[in-house]
Amino acid sequence: MNVIKQRANHSRLLSLGNDLIAYCMLLLLSAIVATGAANRVMADEARPYERVVTIGGSLTEIVYALGEQERLAGRDTTSVYPQAVFGVPDVGYIRQLSPEGVLSVNPDLILALEGAGPPETIDTLKEAGLSIITVPERYTADNIIEKIKAVGEALGVSQKAEALAEETQERLDLALGANGQDGSERKVLFVLSLRSGKVLAAGNSTAANSMIGLAGAENAITGFDGYKQVSDEAVITAQPDVVLMMNSRGNHSGSDTEILTHPAIVSTPAGKNGHLVRMDGLFLLGFGPRTADAIGELKSSFDKLGR
Amino acid sequence: MTTASIQNGKLPVKTVHKRRNGGRAGLAKLVITMLVLLYVLVSLVTLGIGAADVSITQMAMDWLFSGNGEAISPRDKLILFEIRLPRLFLGTLIGAALAVSGAVLQSLFRNPLADPGIIGVSAGASLGAVATIVLGGTFLGSFVTVLGVFSLPVMAFFGALMITILLHRIATRDGKTSIVTMLLAGIALQAFVMAITGILIFMADDQQLRDLTFWGLGSLAGATWSKIGASGLIILVSFCTLPLLANALNALSFGEASAFHMGVDVQRIKTIAVCATAAATGAAVAVSGGIGFVGIVVPHLLRLAIGPDNRYLLPASALLGAVLLICADAVARVIVAPAELPIGIITALIGAPFFLWLLLKRRGLLLS
Repeated sequence: MNVIKQRANHSRLLSLGNDLIAYCMLLLLSAIVATGAANRVMADEARPYERVVTIGGSLTEIVYALGEQERLAGRDTTSVYPQAVFGVPDVGYIRQLSPEGVLSVNPDLILALEGAGPPETIDTLKEAGLSIITVPERYTADNIIEKIKAVGEALGVSQKAEALAEETQERLDLALGANGQDGSERKVLFVLSLRSGKVLAAGNSTAANSMIGLAGAENAITGFDGYKQVSDEAVITAQPDVVLMMNSRGNHSGSDTEILTHPAIVSTPAGKNGHLVRMDGLFLLGFGPRTADAIGELKSSFDKLGR
Repeated sequence: MTTASIQNGKLPVKTVHKRRNGGRAGLAKLVITMLVLLYVLVSLVTLGIGAADVSITQMAMDWLFSGNGEAISPRDKLILFEIRLPRLFLGTLIGAALAVSGAVLQSLFRNPLADPGIIGVSAGASLGAVATIVLGGTFLGSFVTVLGVFSLPVMAFFGALMITILLHRIATRDGKTSIVTMLLAGIALQAFVMAITGILIFMADDQQLRDLTFWGLGSLAGATWSKIGASGLIILVSFCTLPLLANALNALSFGEASAFHMGVDVQRIKTIAVCATAAATGAAVAVSGGIGFVGIVVPHLLRLAIGPDNRYLLPASALLGAVLLICADAVARVIVAPAELPIGIITALIGAPFFLWLLLKRRGLLLS
């Protein structure tokens, strides 16, 4: 496949597949100069898509988990795992893609999470003859399996995907089945950030809310959707047993002591006992192949805290 | 008002300007010619710049010498004709609209800091945009499904227009528009509209918040021919009033009373100027989001170079505004390629320090 990478030397011919409208094939006519003037034409039909752009961190992770990273031509800004992904061109933020940026990495397939956009860009990319496969995003364990199968099907490696899905399901079942040491549910407050002393907490329909539920705990703050600033009184009324946060990249979200000595949090059980759990953002909220591990880790860190 | 009275208004202004800035008309014409050449050059250069590797010289050669366009790959064609060319056109339209509106409003309000924000355009447009983004899935659902990708620009445009009309109504009493009232009422109305926008922002989820932030920073990335058609029509129709406005605004620079005695229908000019700039900037902001500083920096720079005569200042502002925005867009799309920076960041990065420099230089002149 090294040959294909040397794009500059190749002339390309874009031809529309006639059997399936959804599938467009990029035939690479590669001219290999070997001492004399021997030209060879290569076309790979077993794998329809050779240059894939993934839009959405969990999809990129799945591509790596399937061992298909060789076919990644680009990724979006939210794709930050594994480390090797930083070597792949970043085509922009998931909701703010520019058509030329995406086209510049010469993709033949865009694998996007639901909500990728803006719609104008998606339209232009469709016009360019690219296949765009959209994968739904819901914060459930089933959705992870759905994502894995969708990516596998798109890349033509359904069997590998089936195996990964099965293995992931097993790990998920294991993680979900392992009950905490005590039956009563802990109340967990997810703090996205502590900006100028105000708590930005996760409400309903957030990835954080789902993860807290999957780990057998209860979100301390409900009553609104998304991430919102909550008043100190609301934090005190919620009486969280644990504060959950993402690892701070940079210092904007506040240090551990800053969180635990926050005037509202300090008077809650979490503040009194110093119960603060931090995890990597994409690991915790990504809903990808690593989510089972994240659930397990979350559970065990809750258990470690005791009561 | 009859055409004759405009003619009447024109004469004394012309003579005054001739006396005051002797050779400036010649200089202005030279500057405008150079700006036209610069615009053509910048257009050609930026068409060849982008994240994707497309050589337009190669494409032009293929097309000219091989006699057919078949040698050009469909991908290159698409990038040039469906991505870069629309952006060039949109950049031209929006840059011109913002700069000319800034120049007109600065003359009308006799306030060097006037920009479309002063007549409520920015606040109204952002209210429309925010409402579409936040309520698009619920309250405005059916509206959004009918208009599709056009719902945001349409809402932003009408938001801008409505706030401006309201402001104009507030400031008009007995058929006379008070510029001072408009300025002050504008501040109050802006605060009120921003508060409503604030409520909507509070209701937004985190994904919508991201969308709002990006809209506020502006971008030409969503350029399509249909958007250019819609916004271009509005902007060009507004520009038709400019020849009339240029002379009348020159007269207005001597004060409303003087302009009235020169035969300028002051009230009518105010209404036309406010409506034309609101429509032009409303249409611009609606498709591109907030793009700052073009409306302030461009007219100021040109006033320093060619003087305050609006007959030259307005066309020159249009050209320089277009050049500036096209260049800023080129920077925006290559600096972090293949990702893209919002264009409002670039214009503010260039605009703000330049504005400061202008300010300091002027103070220096005053002191010396």
